[in-house]
Amino acid sequence: MSAVDTAIPTPKKSPLDVVIAPRTENEELISGSEAIAHAVRLANVDVITAYPIRPYDTVMQYVSKMIADGDFDCEFIVAESEHSQFEIVKHASAVGARVFAGSSGVGWFYAFEALAVTAGLRLPMVAMVGNRALDDPGAFGVEHNDALAVRDLGWMLCWVSTAQEALDTALIAYRVAEDPRIFLPCAISCDGAFLTHSQSIVKVPSQAMVDSFLPRYDRGDKRLHPDNPITIAPQVNEDWLMEMRRQSDEAARRASDVLIEAYRDFNAKFGRGGEPFIERYMMDDAEVALVGMGTMAMPVKVAVRKMREQGKKVGFVRVRWFRPFPTRELQDALADVHAVGVIDRDFSFGSAFFSGVLANELRSALYPAKKKNQPKILSFIAGLGGREVSTGNVMKMTKTVFDAANGVGTDAQDTYWIGARE
Amino acid sequence: MQEAKEQASARDFTSPQVLEPWTGIKKVAHEEYYTSGHRTCQGCESAQMMRLLAKAAGPRTIVVGATGCMYVANTTYYSTPWVLPWMHTQLGSAGSAATGTAAGLRALMRKGKMDKEPINVIAVCGDGGGADMGLSAISAALQHTQYNLLVMLYDNESYANTDIQISGSSPYGVNTSFSPPGKLHRIMHKHWKKNTAPMLAVGHPDCRYVATVVASNAVDTLNKVRRALSIGGPTFLHSLNPCPKGWDYDPKYSQQIGELAVETGIWPLYEIEDRKLKMYGKSQHIASGVVKRKPVSEYLLRQGRFAHFTQEDIARVQARTDEMWEKWFLPGVIALSGA
Repeated sequence: MSAVDTAIPTPKKSPLDVVIAPRTENEELISGSEAIAHAVRLANVDVITAYPIRPYDTVMQYVSKMIADGDFDCEFIVAESEHSQFEIVKHASAVGARVFAGSSGVGWFYAFEALAVTAGLRLPMVAMVGNRALDDPGAFGVEHNDALAVRDLGWMLCWVSTAQEALDTALIAYRVAEDPRIFLPCAISCDGAFLTHSQSIVKVPSQAMVDSFLPRYDRGDKRLHPDNPITIAPQVNEDWLMEMRRQSDEAARRASDVLIEAYRDFNAKFGRGGEPFIERYMMDDAEVALVGMGTMAMPVKVAVRKMREQGKKVGFVRVRWFRPFPTRELQDALADVHAVGVIDRDFSFGSAFFSGVLANELRSALYPAKKKNQPKILSFIAGLGGREVSTGNVMKMTKTVFDAANGVGTDAQDTYWIGARE
Repeated sequence: MQEAKEQASARDFTSPQVLEPWTGIKKVAHEEYYTSGHRTCQGCESAQMMRLLAKAAGPRTIVVGATGCMYVANTTYYSTPWVLPWMHTQLGSAGSAATGTAAGLRALMRKGKMDKEPINVIAVCGDGGGADMGLSAISAALQHTQYNLLVMLYDNESYANTDIQISGSSPYGVNTSFSPPGKLHRIMHKHWKKNTAPMLAVGHPDCRYVATVVASNAVDTLNKVRRALSIGGPTFLHSLNPCPKGWDYDPKYSQQIGELAVETGIWPLYEIEDRKLKMYGKSQHIASGVVKRKPVSEYLLRQGRFAHFTQEDIARVQARTDEMWEKWFLPGVIALSGA
């Protein structure tokens, strides 16, 4: 598939653009967490469970205040652990309720058993992960290893970079997760502090707009109810497990097309949303590219603009969806660059080339590309535990990528730790 | 605002079902909601307990079951004994599963997304899932007084599904695959059985109903299930379920061994409703002194799991059982004493 297939027509140019709901949106100065709280209110979520851990838990503070003020009606349960938090919404989802939960760092890991079975049972939970380092050693700041841990389980997984994108993506997440062709849970990753706690101007859509985009959750003949006395999740053993895994695999494959559909509709109705899967920044004539996820997009874009002013042909690709992984889109976006620097806010100890998770995933995705189109791929580990990734860091990394492109002084299989004390 | 709206428009679904007690075995409903289709062992009292539970609850019920015998041996894909809607939950999640199911139904009914009616929500768990791993989730569930739900712990005093290993609910000295008697240590398991039901009753003052049952006393069991589902809010039942495989006896004696547990005073039958204790059946007779407790040896010596016991071990169990009835603040139930 080329870029043309996935490109989203801008609403103003598209003859098919039909605005169903009036475009009434309030502009509010809110954080990423508050933006997601607005999204779950607008999605009319039925059951929400909370458990405190920084930094995700700010979303639950906003949700509980909305309920207290009578602006939002849902069952709001403060669980006694993350494991219970995610088990409660898992079962609420099985009886047909739209659900929301979230966590951070080791809290997400405390829920891990529930996370695994939620995907295995094809229950369309939407969760927010306020990315946080996996302490010990203790650290409140962002690392992506928490959310990345579910990448092999059947969760859809995305990273957002602004509060607006957080709100919009949460609405898209419900639509895709609850689509009967998919029925997979979805985690929205928000960088701790940089997004969860940072305020920016966000367009908060009206209920009518959201209702025109997001249909009701209908579990159909899989709903657990006395009128539909089915048995869910029996022992299947070796007799059936492979077929069921295969069904989940097919759903995960279908997710790409359903996401494209949803983004197309979102762009048409809201006039924003952009290209699904990846964001291309100054990539048109780029000779080298940086790749990353989440809020590091901001310093990277600033640095890319500065370097462009200096005549350096560098671009940036922000990976928005990690699951499904945008293999074709990345092959397309990086087809003409000579070298790629992947900036991971995570690590994979002992992995191939001791790289970050995204770097190795990208290497896999680009491996089948034609030899002449195969860029060199460098892995940078940066910003762990919430350490700032500065524009200076980015420019230094870019120099290394240019060196690799020119065959100077670097091995394309190297991994570089950026900004760490020696 | 929300509460007022609920009270005005929806008493029908926020109130529990009205399940009157059955006044004798002849009044018990004929319908079964837990039938053939399982592969539990011959003489499995836990399976019998599931049958009584489903029968007492009736058709407008959702059951969630934590990992354990009553999951693995009951529901093998392509067959199920459950006529009721049933869903598996994780080993430590019985309380959470009941809470989530009840919360989902309540939200959907309140918001007009589902027909309004009271639906029983029951979670079942074994002693591993209930007394060990799932204890905190059950504790949390018993605090959610806005939901009508029942957690039933079926206690066969071991992790019986995974080859019989000790749990926090296993009796002193028992021979399991994690506590085998050996040349150096005759007794490997030195803990006393966890007193789960009173702990939950005392620790959760807003939980209106906690009771103990045994399948050999079927009518009592049925009516306690019906009371637990009718009273409103979260409730808890603890059943003792003799297990031929784990306890090592001929399956035909399951009910006799259940009865002996009651008659020796090892398993008292009682209910705690609105913080009032009431002893039941033979336990009531023991408590009031009308009937003398049988010696614990009559119970212990019927089971291979205690075959390694010496007279000294039996005397130790007898002494602890005597203490339960003679020294405890509430005999057979609560082990506190007045200052």
